[in-house]
Amino acid sequence: MVTRGFFGRNSGGNEADRIPPGQHVVDHWPVLTAGPTPRIDTAEWKFTLKIGPRPVKVWTWSEFNALPQTKVTRDIHCVTTWSKLDTNWEGVTVDDILADAGVERPSDFVLAHCFDGYSSNVPLADLTSGKAMVALKYEGQPLPRDHGGPARLLVPHLYFWKSAKWINGLQFTERDEPGFWELRGYHIYGDPWREQRYTND
Amino acid sequence: MWQTCTIAQIVEQTPSIKSYFLRLSKPFTYMAGQHADVRLTAPDGYVAMRSYSIASAPSASNVIELAIERLPDGEVSPFFHDVAALGDEIELRGPIGGHFLWPERPTAPILLIGAGSGVVPLMAMLRHRRDLTQTVPTALLLSSRTERDVLFGDELLLLETADPNFELALAITRESPKRTTDFGRRIDSAMVTEVIGRLPRTPEHVFVCGSNPFVNIAADGALMAGLDASTIKTERYGG
Repeated sequence: MVTRGFFGRNSGGNEADRIPPGQHVVDHWPVLTAGPTPRIDTAEWKFTLKIGPRPVKVWTWSEFNALPQTKVTRDIHCVTTWSKLDTNWEGVTVDDILADAGVERPSDFVLAHCFDGYSSNVPLADLTSGKAMVALKYEGQPLPRDHGGPARLLVPHLYFWKSAKWINGLQFTERDEPGFWELRGYHIYGDPWREQRYTND
Repeated sequence: MWQTCTIAQIVEQTPSIKSYFLRLSKPFTYMAGQHADVRLTAPDGYVAMRSYSIASAPSASNVIELAIERLPDGEVSPFFHDVAALGDEIELRGPIGGHFLWPERPTAPILLIGAGSGVVPLMAMLRHRRDLTQTVPTALLLSSRTERDVLFGDELLLLETADPNFELALAITRESPKRTTDFGRRIDSAMVTEVIGRLPRTPEHVFVCGSNPFVNIAADGALMAGLDASTIKTERYGG
Protein backbone atom coordinates (compact mmCIF):
# COMPACT_ATOMS: atom_id res chain seq x y z
CA MET A 1 0.00 0.00 0.00
CA VAL A 2 1.51 3.34 -1.04
CA THR A 3 1.40 5.86 1.82
CA ARG A 4 -0.10 9.18 0.76
CA GLY A 5 2.58 11.87 0.64
CA PHE A 6 5.54 9.64 1.53
CA PHE A 7 8.49 9.58 -0.84
CA GLY A 8 11.32 8.51 1.45
CA ARG A 9 14.93 9.33 1.15
CA ASN A 10 16.96 8.33 -1.82
CA SER A 11 18.08 5.41 0.26
CA GLY A 12 20.89 3.10 -0.63
CA GLY A 13 22.00 4.48 -3.98
CA ASN A 14 24.76 2.26 -5.38
CA GLU A 15 24.59 0.14 -2.28
CA ALA A 16 20.87 -0.66 -2.55
CA ASP A 17 21.62 -4.35 -3.21
CA ARG A 18 23.43 -4.56 0.13
CA ILE A 19 20.44 -3.36 2.16
CA PRO A 20 17.91 -6.03 3.18
CA PRO A 21 14.18 -5.26 2.86
CA GLY A 22 12.80 -2.80 5.43
CA GLN A 23 16.28 -1.62 6.49
CA HIS A 24 17.86 1.83 6.23
CA VAL A 25 21.53 2.79 6.38
CA VAL A 26 22.89 4.72 9.35
CA ASP A 27 26.32 6.32 9.83
CA HIS A 28 26.19 6.35 13.64
CA TRP A 29 25.91 3.20 15.71
CA PRO A 30 22.73 2.94 17.80
CA VAL A 31 22.90 1.08 21.12
CA LEU A 32 20.07 -1.24 22.11
CA THR A 33 20.35 -3.20 25.34
CA ALA A 34 17.65 -4.74 27.52
CA GLY A 35 19.31 -3.95 30.87
CA PRO A 36 22.13 -1.98 32.50
CA THR A 37 25.43 -1.87 30.61
CA PRO A 38 27.74 -4.28 32.47
CA ARG A 39 31.29 -3.36 33.57
CA ILE A 40 33.60 -6.29 32.91
CA ASP A 41 37.22 -6.27 34.07
CA THR A 42 39.42 -8.23 31.64
CA ALA A 43 41.31 -9.54 34.70
CA GLU A 44 38.08 -11.32 35.69
CA TRP A 45 37.00 -12.18 32.13
CA LYS A 46 36.59 -15.84 31.28
CA PHE A 47 35.23 -17.60 28.21
CA THR A 48 33.79 -21.10 28.63
CA LEU A 49 33.02 -23.64 25.92
CA LYS A 50 30.42 -26.19 27.03
CA ILE A 51 28.89 -29.32 25.58
CA GLY A 52 25.49 -29.44 27.24
CA PRO A 53 26.12 -28.79 30.95
CA ARG A 54 29.78 -29.91 30.74
CA PRO A 55 32.56 -27.28 30.42
CA VAL A 56 35.21 -28.51 27.98
CA LYS A 57 37.57 -25.53 27.99
CA VAL A 58 37.92 -22.19 29.77
CA TRP A 59 40.09 -19.31 28.48
CA THR A 60 41.29 -16.28 30.40
CA TRP A 61 41.51 -12.91 28.64
CA SER A 62 45.23 -13.35 27.86
CA GLU A 63 44.76 -16.95 26.71
CA PHE A 64 41.90 -15.89 24.45
CA ASN A 65 43.93 -13.03 23.00
CA ALA A 66 46.73 -15.49 22.22
CA LEU A 67 44.42 -17.39 19.83
CA PRO A 68 44.70 -16.51 16.10
CA GLN A 69 43.19 -13.06 15.45
CA THR A 70 41.20 -12.57 12.25
CA LYS A 71 40.06 -9.30 10.62
CA VAL A 72 36.79 -8.99 8.72
CA THR A 73 34.78 -6.19 7.09
CA ARG A 74 31.03 -6.78 7.17
CA ASP A 75 27.63 -5.09 6.88
CA ILE A 76 25.47 -5.40 9.99
CA HIS A 77 21.67 -5.30 10.22
CA CYS A 78 19.64 -4.59 13.37
CA VAL A 79 16.04 -5.83 13.65
CA THR A 80 15.03 -2.27 14.62
CA THR A 81 15.69 -1.50 10.90
CA TRP A 82 19.10 0.17 10.89
CA SER A 83 21.95 -1.24 8.83
CA LYS A 84 25.58 -0.18 9.00
CA LEU A 85 27.87 -0.91 6.07
CA ASP A 86 31.57 -1.82 5.97
CA THR A 87 32.17 -2.26 9.68
CA ASN A 88 35.68 -3.50 10.56
CA TRP A 89 36.16 -6.15 13.22
CA GLU A 90 38.95 -8.22 14.70
CA GLY A 91 38.66 -11.27 16.89
CA VAL A 92 38.79 -15.04 17.14
CA THR A 93 36.73 -17.04 14.68
CA VAL A 94 34.48 -19.73 16.12
CA ASP A 95 36.44 -22.20 13.95
CA ASP A 96 39.63 -21.25 15.81
CA ILE A 97 37.90 -21.47 19.22
CA LEU A 98 36.63 -24.98 18.46
CA ALA A 99 40.00 -26.04 17.03
CA ASP A 100 41.82 -24.83 20.15
CA ALA A 101 39.42 -26.86 22.30
CA GLY A 102 39.69 -29.90 20.03
CA VAL A 103 35.93 -29.91 19.57
CA GLU A 104 34.36 -30.66 16.18
CA ARG A 105 30.62 -31.09 15.99
CA PRO A 106 29.07 -32.44 19.20
CA SER A 107 25.66 -31.11 18.09
CA ASP A 108 24.16 -28.81 15.44
CA PHE A 109 23.01 -26.05 17.79
CA VAL A 110 24.75 -23.47 19.94
CA LEU A 111 23.65 -20.99 22.60
CA ALA A 112 25.81 -17.92 23.20
CA HIS A 113 25.86 -16.88 26.87
CA CYS A 114 26.73 -13.49 28.29
CA PHE A 115 27.90 -11.86 31.53
CA ASP A 116 24.55 -10.08 31.98
CA GLY A 117 22.46 -13.24 31.64
CA TYR A 118 21.58 -12.58 27.99
CA SER A 119 21.65 -15.47 25.56
CA SER A 120 21.00 -16.10 21.89
CA ASN A 121 20.83 -19.27 19.82
CA VAL A 122 22.61 -19.81 16.50
CA PRO A 123 22.90 -23.05 14.49
CA LEU A 124 26.50 -24.31 14.38
CA ALA A 125 26.49 -24.08 10.58
CA ASP A 126 26.05 -20.29 10.92
CA LEU A 127 29.03 -19.97 13.26
CA THR A 128 31.65 -22.01 11.42
CA SER A 129 33.43 -21.75 8.03
CA GLY A 130 34.52 -18.22 8.92
CA LYS A 131 30.95 -16.95 9.29
CA ALA A 132 31.27 -15.80 12.91
CA MET A 133 33.79 -14.68 15.49
CA VAL A 134 34.11 -13.52 19.06
CA ALA A 135 35.08 -9.92 18.30
CA LEU A 136 37.54 -8.07 20.55
CA LYS A 137 38.18 -4.98 18.42
CA TYR A 138 36.10 -2.60 16.34
CA GLU A 139 37.73 -0.25 13.82
CA GLY A 140 41.12 -1.17 15.28
CA GLN A 141 40.22 -0.22 18.85
CA PRO A 142 39.14 -2.32 21.83
CA LEU A 143 35.41 -2.93 21.53
CA PRO A 144 33.56 -0.17 23.47
CA ARG A 145 31.61 -1.27 26.55
CA ASP A 146 28.32 0.05 25.12
CA HIS A 147 28.76 -2.22 22.11
CA GLY A 148 29.59 -5.35 24.08
CA GLY A 149 33.21 -4.82 25.11
CA PRO A 150 35.43 -6.45 26.01
CA ALA A 151 34.06 -9.18 23.72
CA ARG A 152 30.91 -9.88 21.72
CA LEU A 153 29.76 -12.49 19.27
CA LEU A 154 29.70 -11.32 15.64
CA VAL A 155 27.32 -13.19 13.31
CA PRO A 156 26.86 -10.46 10.72
CA HIS A 157 24.64 -12.40 8.31
CA LEU A 158 21.87 -12.65 10.93
CA TYR A 159 19.98 -9.80 12.66
CA PHE A 160 22.33 -8.21 15.13
CA TRP A 161 20.59 -9.34 18.36
CA LYS A 162 22.22 -12.70 17.54
CA SER A 163 25.64 -11.03 17.89
CA ALA A 164 25.44 -11.25 21.67
CA LYS A 165 27.22 -8.50 23.63
CA TRP A 166 29.44 -9.21 26.68
CA ILE A 167 29.77 -12.85 25.65
CA ASN A 168 31.28 -15.29 28.15
CA GLY A 169 30.69 -18.62 26.51
CA LEU A 170 29.31 -20.89 23.83
CA GLN A 171 27.28 -23.96 24.69
CA PHE A 172 26.41 -26.83 22.39
CA THR A 173 22.79 -27.90 22.86
CA GLU A 174 21.03 -31.02 21.61
CA ARG A 175 18.11 -29.02 20.21
CA ASP A 176 17.74 -25.44 18.97
CA GLU A 177 17.08 -23.74 22.33
CA PRO A 178 15.62 -20.23 22.05
CA GLY A 179 17.63 -17.47 23.75
CA PHE A 180 16.58 -14.22 25.43
CA TRP A 181 14.82 -12.41 22.56
CA GLU A 182 13.84 -15.64 20.83
CA LEU A 183 11.73 -16.36 23.94
CA ARG A 184 10.28 -12.83 23.83
CA GLY A 185 8.71 -12.64 20.41
CA TYR A 186 11.69 -12.54 18.06
CA HIS A 187 12.47 -15.03 15.30
CA ILE A 188 14.30 -18.25 16.11
CA TYR A 189 16.76 -17.78 13.20
CA GLY A 190 16.70 -14.09 12.18
CA ASP A 191 17.74 -13.88 8.51
CA PRO A 192 17.54 -10.20 7.47
CA TRP A 193 17.23 -11.08 3.77
CA ARG A 194 14.06 -13.06 4.52
CA GLU A 195 12.93 -10.40 7.04
CA GLN A 196 12.67 -12.92 9.87
CA ARG A 197 12.09 -10.31 12.58
CA TYR A 198 9.38 -11.79 14.77
CA THR A 199 8.34 -15.28 15.79
CA ASN A 200 6.07 -16.15 12.88
CA ASP A 201 7.80 -14.20 10.08
CA MET B 1 0.34 -9.51 10.32
CA TRP B 2 0.39 -6.02 8.80
CA GLN B 3 -2.86 -4.13 8.99
CA THR B 4 -4.12 -0.81 7.76
CA CYS B 5 -5.13 1.69 10.40
CA THR B 6 -6.62 5.15 10.08
CA ILE B 7 -5.45 8.34 11.76
CA ALA B 8 -8.47 9.25 13.91
CA GLN B 9 -6.98 12.17 15.84
CA ILE B 10 -3.76 14.19 16.05
CA VAL B 11 -2.89 16.09 19.23
CA GLU B 12 0.05 18.46 19.59
CA GLN B 13 1.49 17.52 22.97
CA THR B 14 4.71 19.54 23.18
CA PRO B 15 6.61 21.75 20.69
CA SER B 16 8.25 18.61 19.25
CA ILE B 17 5.87 15.74 20.04
CA LYS B 18 2.45 14.92 18.61
CA SER B 19 0.12 12.08 19.53
CA TYR B 20 -1.42 10.07 16.71
CA PHE B 21 -4.57 8.14 17.59
CA LEU B 22 -4.81 5.24 15.16
CA ARG B 23 -7.98 3.22 14.58
CA LEU B 24 -7.03 -0.41 14.03
CA SER B 25 -8.84 -2.39 11.35
CA LYS B 26 -7.85 -5.58 13.21
CA PRO B 27 -7.87 -4.70 16.92
CA PHE B 28 -5.30 -6.51 19.06
CA THR B 29 -4.74 -6.89 22.77
CA TYR B 30 -1.45 -5.61 24.11
CA MET B 31 0.42 -5.08 27.35
CA ALA B 32 1.61 -1.82 28.85
CA GLY B 33 5.17 -1.22 27.61
CA GLN B 34 4.82 -2.87 24.19
CA HIS B 35 5.38 -1.16 20.86
CA ALA B 36 4.13 -1.28 17.28
CA ASP B 37 5.94 -1.16 13.96
CA VAL B 38 4.81 1.42 11.43
CA ARG B 39 5.51 1.00 7.70
CA LEU B 40 5.48 3.74 5.08
CA THR B 41 5.67 2.91 1.37
CA ALA B 42 6.80 5.34 -1.35
CA PRO B 43 5.36 5.21 -4.90
CA ASP B 44 8.59 3.54 -6.13
CA GLY B 45 8.13 0.72 -3.60
CA TYR B 46 10.71 1.99 -1.12
CA VAL B 47 9.68 1.08 2.42
CA ALA B 48 10.60 2.80 5.69
CA MET B 49 9.77 1.11 8.96
CA ARG B 50 10.09 2.30 12.57
CA SER B 51 9.01 1.10 16.00
CA TYR B 52 6.97 3.34 18.30
CA SER B 53 5.95 2.60 21.86
CA ILE B 54 2.23 2.53 22.54
CA ALA B 55 1.19 5.34 24.92
CA SER B 56 -2.40 4.23 25.50
CA ALA B 57 -3.30 1.74 28.20
CA PRO B 58 -4.52 -1.69 27.18
CA SER B 59 -8.29 -1.49 26.80
CA ALA B 60 -11.15 -2.75 24.71
CA SER B 61 -10.82 0.26 22.42
CA ASN B 62 -9.79 -0.23 18.81
CA VAL B 63 -7.82 3.03 18.92
CA ILE B 64 -4.20 3.14 20.07
CA GLU B 65 -2.09 6.21 20.76
CA LEU B 66 1.46 6.65 19.49
CA ALA B 67 3.38 9.76 20.55
CA ILE B 68 5.98 10.65 17.92
CA GLU B 69 8.82 13.10 18.45
CA ARG B 70 10.00 15.04 15.42
CA LEU B 71 13.63 14.11 14.84
CA PRO B 72 15.33 16.81 12.75
CA ASP B 73 17.27 14.29 10.64
CA GLY B 74 14.49 11.72 10.67
CA GLU B 75 12.75 10.10 7.73
CA VAL B 76 9.53 8.81 9.28
CA SER B 77 8.89 11.28 12.13
CA PRO B 78 8.97 14.35 9.81
CA PHE B 79 6.43 12.58 7.60
CA PHE B 80 4.11 12.22 10.56
CA HIS B 81 4.62 15.80 11.71
CA ASP B 82 4.49 17.53 8.31
CA VAL B 83 2.38 15.33 6.03
CA ALA B 84 0.15 12.87 7.88
CA ALA B 85 -3.43 14.06 8.25
CA LEU B 86 -6.72 12.88 9.73
CA GLY B 87 -8.19 10.02 7.74
CA ASP B 88 -4.84 8.92 6.29
CA GLU B 89 -4.19 5.19 6.20
CA ILE B 90 -1.00 3.86 7.77
CA GLU B 91 0.29 0.29 7.82
CA LEU B 92 1.04 -1.08 11.27
CA ARG B 93 1.85 -4.35 12.98
CA GLY B 94 1.91 -5.23 16.63
CA PRO B 95 1.99 -5.60 19.48
CA ILE B 96 5.74 -6.27 19.79
CA GLY B 97 8.06 -6.82 22.73
CA GLY B 98 8.08 -9.34 25.55
CA HIS B 99 10.51 -7.75 28.02
CA PHE B 100 9.76 -4.11 28.88
CA LEU B 101 6.37 -4.97 30.40
CA TRP B 102 4.42 -3.78 33.45
CA PRO B 103 4.24 -6.75 35.85
CA GLU B 104 0.91 -8.52 36.05
CA ARG B 105 0.04 -8.08 39.74
CA PRO B 106 2.74 -5.84 41.17
CA THR B 107 3.08 -5.48 44.94
CA ALA B 108 6.69 -4.31 45.39
CA PRO B 109 7.37 -0.64 44.52
CA ILE B 110 8.15 0.31 40.94
CA LEU B 111 10.54 2.99 39.71
CA LEU B 112 10.07 4.49 36.24
CA ILE B 113 12.75 6.73 34.70
CA GLY B 114 12.32 8.42 31.33
CA ALA B 115 13.62 11.26 29.22
CA GLY B 116 11.62 13.20 26.65
CA SER B 117 9.50 10.89 24.51
CA GLY B 118 11.00 8.01 26.52
CA VAL B 119 8.05 8.48 28.85
CA VAL B 120 5.70 6.95 26.26
CA PRO B 121 5.87 3.28 27.34
CA LEU B 122 6.01 4.42 30.99
CA MET B 123 2.81 6.42 30.42
CA ALA B 124 1.08 3.30 29.11
CA MET B 125 2.13 1.59 32.36
CA LEU B 126 0.86 4.45 34.56
CA ARG B 127 -2.44 4.63 32.67
CA HIS B 128 -2.84 0.85 32.98
CA ARG B 129 -2.08 1.07 36.71
CA ARG B 130 -4.67 3.85 37.07
CA ASP B 131 -7.32 1.99 35.02
CA LEU B 132 -6.93 -1.07 37.26
CA THR B 133 -6.81 1.15 40.40
CA GLN B 134 -3.59 -0.57 41.41
CA THR B 135 -2.04 0.84 44.58
CA VAL B 136 1.52 -0.41 44.10
CA PRO B 137 3.82 2.46 45.16
CA THR B 138 5.25 3.94 41.96
CA ALA B 139 7.62 6.80 41.24
CA LEU B 140 8.35 8.44 37.89
CA LEU B 141 11.53 10.45 37.35
CA LEU B 142 11.07 12.28 34.04
CA SER B 143 13.70 14.45 32.39
CA SER B 144 12.68 17.16 29.90
CA ARG B 145 14.32 20.30 28.55
CA THR B 146 11.64 22.74 29.74
CA GLU B 147 8.27 22.44 31.46
CA ARG B 148 6.58 22.84 28.05
CA ASP B 149 8.52 19.82 26.83
CA VAL B 150 7.11 17.52 29.53
CA LEU B 151 5.10 15.00 27.55
CA PHE B 152 1.74 14.23 29.23
CA GLY B 153 2.69 16.82 31.90
CA ASP B 154 -0.86 17.84 32.86
CA GLU B 155 -2.03 14.25 33.10
CA LEU B 156 0.96 13.29 35.25
CA LEU B 157 0.44 16.22 37.63
CA LEU B 158 -3.25 15.31 37.99
CA LEU B 159 -2.34 11.70 38.62
CA GLU B 160 0.09 12.68 41.35
CA THR B 161 -2.52 14.87 43.05
CA ALA B 162 -5.16 12.15 42.90
CA ASP B 163 -2.99 9.18 43.89
CA PRO B 164 -1.06 9.12 47.20
CA ASN B 165 0.88 6.07 45.96
CA PHE B 166 2.30 7.86 42.92
CA GLU B 167 5.31 10.18 43.09
CA LEU B 168 6.27 12.41 40.18
CA ALA B 169 9.73 13.99 40.02
CA LEU B 170 10.60 16.14 37.03
CA ALA B 171 14.19 16.87 36.05
CA ILE B 172 14.04 20.09 34.03
CA THR B 173 17.40 20.64 32.35
CA ARG B 174 17.09 24.09 30.74
CA GLU B 175 15.05 26.14 33.21
CA SER B 176 14.22 26.24 36.91
CA PRO B 177 11.30 24.04 37.88
CA LYS B 178 8.35 25.60 39.73
CA ARG B 179 7.78 22.77 42.18
CA THR B 180 10.25 22.24 45.03
CA THR B 181 9.98 18.47 44.58
CA ASP B 182 11.37 18.72 41.04
CA PHE B 183 15.02 19.02 40.00
CA GLY B 184 16.62 21.77 37.94
CA ARG B 185 19.45 19.76 36.47
CA ARG B 186 20.32 16.75 34.34
CA ILE B 187 19.85 13.30 35.81
CA ASP B 188 22.61 11.95 38.07
CA SER B 189 23.04 9.15 40.61
CA ALA B 190 22.17 11.36 43.58
CA MET B 191 18.86 12.24 41.92
CA VAL B 192 18.01 8.58 41.30
CA THR B 193 18.84 7.75 44.93
CA GLU B 194 16.67 10.62 46.18
CA VAL B 195 13.67 9.50 44.09
CA ILE B 196 14.10 5.90 45.28
CA GLY B 197 13.98 7.33 48.82
CA ARG B 198 10.50 8.73 48.14
CA LEU B 199 9.18 5.17 47.77
CA PRO B 200 8.18 3.36 50.97
CA ARG B 201 10.40 0.35 50.18
CA THR B 202 13.16 -0.59 47.77
CA PRO B 203 11.75 -0.96 44.25
CA GLU B 204 11.88 -4.43 42.73
CA HIS B 205 11.08 -3.33 39.19
CA VAL B 206 12.83 -0.48 37.39
CA PHE B 207 11.96 0.62 33.85
CA VAL B 208 14.24 3.11 32.11
CA CYS B 209 13.57 4.57 28.65
CA GLY B 210 15.46 7.24 26.73
CA SER B 211 18.66 7.84 24.78
CA ASN B 212 21.58 5.51 25.42
CA PRO B 213 23.65 8.00 27.51
CA PHE B 214 20.58 8.89 29.60
CA VAL B 215 19.72 5.24 30.18
CA ASN B 216 23.30 4.46 31.21
CA ILE B 217 23.31 7.25 33.82
CA ALA B 218 19.88 6.23 35.14
CA ALA B 219 20.70 2.52 35.29
CA ASP B 220 24.09 3.18 36.93
CA GLY B 221 22.33 5.40 39.47
CA ALA B 222 19.90 2.62 40.31
CA LEU B 223 22.79 0.15 40.67
CA MET B 224 24.70 2.57 42.92
CA ALA B 225 21.57 2.93 45.05
CA GLY B 226 21.89 -0.80 45.68
CA LEU B 227 19.28 -2.16 43.30
CA ASP B 228 19.95 -5.49 41.62
CA ALA B 229 20.85 -5.39 37.91
CA SER B 230 18.27 -8.09 37.19
CA THR B 231 15.46 -5.76 38.31
CA ILE B 232 16.40 -3.03 35.81
CA LYS B 233 14.85 -3.15 32.33
CA THR B 234 15.96 -0.63 29.75
CA GLU B 235 14.76 0.56 26.39
CA ARG B 236 17.04 2.77 24.31
CA TYR B 237 16.12 4.74 21.21
CA GLY B 238 16.99 2.81 18.05
CA GLY B 239 18.47 4.09 14.82
